[in-house]
Amino acid sequence: MAEVNTGDGGEAKKGKPKKHTLRVDFTPMVDMNMLLITFFMFCTTLSKPQAMDLILPTKDEVKKEDKNKVEDTKAITVILGEKNKVYYYFGKPNYTDPNSLALTNYGPQGLRKMLIERNAVLVNRMRKLRDLKAKKQISEDDFKKQSKEIKNDDAGQVVIIKPTDGATYSNLVDVLDEMQICSIGKYAIVDLTEGDKYLVQNLETGGSLSKQAASK
Amino acid sequence: MSKVKTKKHSTFIDMTAMSDVTVLLLTFFMLTATFLPKEPVQVTTPSSVVDIKIPESNLLTILVSPKGHVYLNFDRPADKLAILDKVSQEFKIQFTDKQKKSFLSQPTIGVPISALPKFLDMSVSEQDEVLKANGVPSDSTNNQLKKWIQYGQAVNENLKIAVKSDQSTPYPLIKSVFSTLQDIKANRFNLITTLKGMPAV
Repeated sequence: MAEVNTGDGGEAKKGKPKKHTLRVDFTPMVDMNMLLITFFMFCTTLSKPQAMDLILPTKDEVKKEDKNKVEDTKAITVILGEKNKVYYYFGKPNYTDPNSLALTNYGPQGLRKMLIERNAVLVNRMRKLRDLKAKKQISEDDFKKQSKEIKNDDAGQVVIIKPTDGATYSNLVDVLDEMQICSIGKYAIVDLTEGDKYLVQNLETGGSLSKQAASK
Repeated sequence: MSKVKTKKHSTFIDMTAMSDVTVLLLTFFMLTATFLPKEPVQVTTPSSVVDIKIPESNLLTILVSPKGHVYLNFDRPADKLAILDKVSQEFKIQFTDKQKKSFLSQPTIGVPISALPKFLDMSVSEQDEVLKANGVPSDSTNNQLKKWIQYGQAVNENLKIAVKSDQSTPYPLIKSVFSTLQDIKANRFNLITTLKGMPAV
């Protein structure tokens, strides 16, 4: 196929040049094509980034009776501080005790450990579900449906995320990520209140603000 | 005496057929490859364990640079043209055909609307330079970001919004974009992230 016959097909006469078959070696071309294919294959699959779904509450005023109250035992408030610090408290804040607010970090031993401990019921159910999936006992669709059910279970914790002005975008994404990892289906991003600022300052100054308030 | 001649076999393998196949595959991959649009600022998106891919089409990407510049990218050229018509109606700016063409070829929207005609008259390389220093105004007094998104939603009702930003972007800058989105009731949107492995829980 890759040869071009330059001869005229007749018998070679004396004095005439010998028949040459021109052969083109396609091997380097195939090499180059394969290389390009590899490049395009990687480009198409890797260029597509992932997207995290985020639903924010509406700004419309919610009527008081419509607001659903979160039980104190289930609520976790996470405050994203500056310099990759995370503060959290459970239930209602205690403004007199500086140690009601705890400081942690974004690492697996910090925030994640705390959330998994608090949300142990759902995390365990998720684990069982993942095992089933790993053993191929349930289909992908069933897995998605059931994991959604688990996340929306009433036994789950409710996390309130309050980023301060010192937090960065990656802090926010990290915390939203922990919600995925720790199977928390109910979370909200809420603005920081004055009370929360006070709590953080109180902890940073070692409780001097609450001491001042007590002495008054 | 006659010698016994052994016939020489050439080891030449015909690669033409193989070459045909590879070229075919190459064409396929080249045509299906979607290239990322050119962006005025390079951002490193944060990583997350979420493995949902971003929607294929009807996507509005809002790029927030670490300094707080906001850039927009509508992925459908037809939408862009309709949006530009709306802009020219509301802001009483007439765009020439050449400017419209330039608007289509420039993937990023990133200048105040008043500066748009002048911006569109520039060459592509000049435009890229101007984009770096500008951005769509998104403060409360002159919130053109809101306008652009509203035009986009009016033109294409299936428009999905994705926010893309650098890891180091301070939260207040992101918050202002989020609150603009909340204002126009676009409460559901995507954050663009890169994939990292799910840790064992």
